[in-house]
Amino acid sequence: MSLLKLDGVVKTFGGLTAVDEVSFDVPHGSIFGLIGPNGAGKTTVFNLITGNYKPDRGAVIFNGENITGKITHKIVEKGIARTFQTIRLFQEMSVLENVLAGCHCRMTSGPISAMFRLPKARREERKTLGKALAELRFTGLEAQAENLAKNLSYGNQRLLEIARALATNPQLIILDEPAGGMNEQETAALVELIFQIQKRGVTVLLIEHDMSLVMKACEYLVVIEYGKKIAEGTPDVVKNDPQVIEAYLGSDEDDF
Amino acid sequence: MEQFFQQLTNGLAIGGIYALIALGYTLVYGVLKLINFAHGDLFTIGAFLGLSLLTAFSLTDKLGFAMGVGALVLMVVCLVGIIGILLDQAAYKPLRTSPRLSAVVSALGMSIVFSNAIMLVFGPNPEVYPHGILPSSALNIFGLPFPVKRLMLLLTSLVLMAALYFFIQKTTIGAAIRAAAIDQDAARLMGINVNRVIMLIFFIGPALGGAAGVMVGLYYGQIKWTMGWLYGLKAFTAAILGGIGNIPGAMVGGLLLGVIESLGSAYISMAWKDAITFVVLILILIVRPTGLLGERVAEKI
Repeated sequence: MSLLKLDGVVKTFGGLTAVDEVSFDVPHGSIFGLIGPNGAGKTTVFNLITGNYKPDRGAVIFNGENITGKITHKIVEKGIARTFQTIRLFQEMSVLENVLAGCHCRMTSGPISAMFRLPKARREERKTLGKALAELRFTGLEAQAENLAKNLSYGNQRLLEIARALATNPQLIILDEPAGGMNEQETAALVELIFQIQKRGVTVLLIEHDMSLVMKACEYLVVIEYGKKIAEGTPDVVKNDPQVIEAYLGSDEDDF
Repeated sequence: MEQFFQQLTNGLAIGGIYALIALGYTLVYGVLKLINFAHGDLFTIGAFLGLSLLTAFSLTDKLGFAMGVGALVLMVVCLVGIIGILLDQAAYKPLRTSPRLSAVVSALGMSIVFSNAIMLVFGPNPEVYPHGILPSSALNIFGLPFPVKRLMLLLTSLVLMAALYFFIQKTTIGAAIRAAAIDQDAARLMGINVNRVIMLIFFIGPALGGAAGVMVGLYYGQIKWTMGWLYGLKAFTAAILGGIGNIPGAMVGGLLLGVIESLGSAYISMAWKDAITFVVLILILIVRPTGLLGERVAEKI
């Protein structure tokens, strides 16, 4: 059964059709890759899923529920979290506070009980702190907890984005070019982390340019070009698809 | 020496008031990048509501001094906070996606609406809080007399500031508020309900302003429908002085401005009291537009 289903989703910006009748199913517990050349509309697809944009047509179904055009923070509450292609951490806050901000949507005590330190709120604050620290341990950032986010190395900032997204307790985590700007070693560690995320039972949907990462990590791929889906299947199938090769290289198979 | 001590403590007391009001400016600015020019009038509303509630329920007679004043402040804080939320819903929320200038104009309009409403409801003449609610005794500190009510004013504002600081810095909701102030879109994508954060900000800021209004009424006795304008401007100066959008900045800026104003009026000229404040504002904008602790403001307003 699929966790996330896109059904004929269309999004136009003025005269440009950024996403054109894209449909795919992300199975429960999978690592699913969305690839395509620059400007193919991958990030737009992500933005349509997370409610930043409303699709002009088509539907986004999550866990059997139509979430098309719902408000972003409601979608997060339903269990979809994401990271960003360009890092968007809360730079002036500490690493731990970034993760706490992610935890906030799962908290039940309101501002009044937090303000007056009612026992229930205190208990919940303690639990949340434990949860945030656990996510930092999971991503290997525990030692950096008190540093400001902006002082982390680039690779660690990417990891912090993942920790912050995991803090929202998602069923599906969407990673937008998680290996961007990472060196080979860091990328290898990232692949390992992605497998760990899958082991936790969280489904992973990722956009990535680093083909070696995609081929290693993803079980299933969808390829889009000019907003249209041109291929899908396992990495091996997709790799040998002539349309995909042409999209990536703009030439014949002979040159591949 | 005695004059210096008196002016210094007096400056700190009034500075605490400025700081409480300045926090309202800075909180709203932090999240919405909007100067809420109606904030000074919310302070006035607090002062007048305080007087009405105090006399209507004769709170201090029935409950005694501490409970009575506590209940009074609590009621005013809640009411002014609710007015703050309504203000946002009516005047700013519809303009959330408009250019920033529209909301600023709306804020100026709301300031006029509020101050005239206060005048129509409570009349154009100054009103006076009942005498003798705050104790008139004085403590003796190193041989210098220190009025108890001044100490109470200062302590109350410090406690409120500390509580706010704790709330913003040490709770998860505080982290969510700061996150929304840094990047609203990213905050939304982390599941933070930014609209609720804005509502909360528009409760807390005006609530602190309303508390300051009651404190001014109790301490100085006389309140007037136009008072929000001058207090608002001074608190705004304090917020700029500390660095607008920066919470500790508003606290430091408020206390510092109070002391500068108080010492200036004692040692330079009483008549120049308000001018000194605005010279400080102009100097800060020229020399250090980011404020003492703050982020850049010049290109944002």
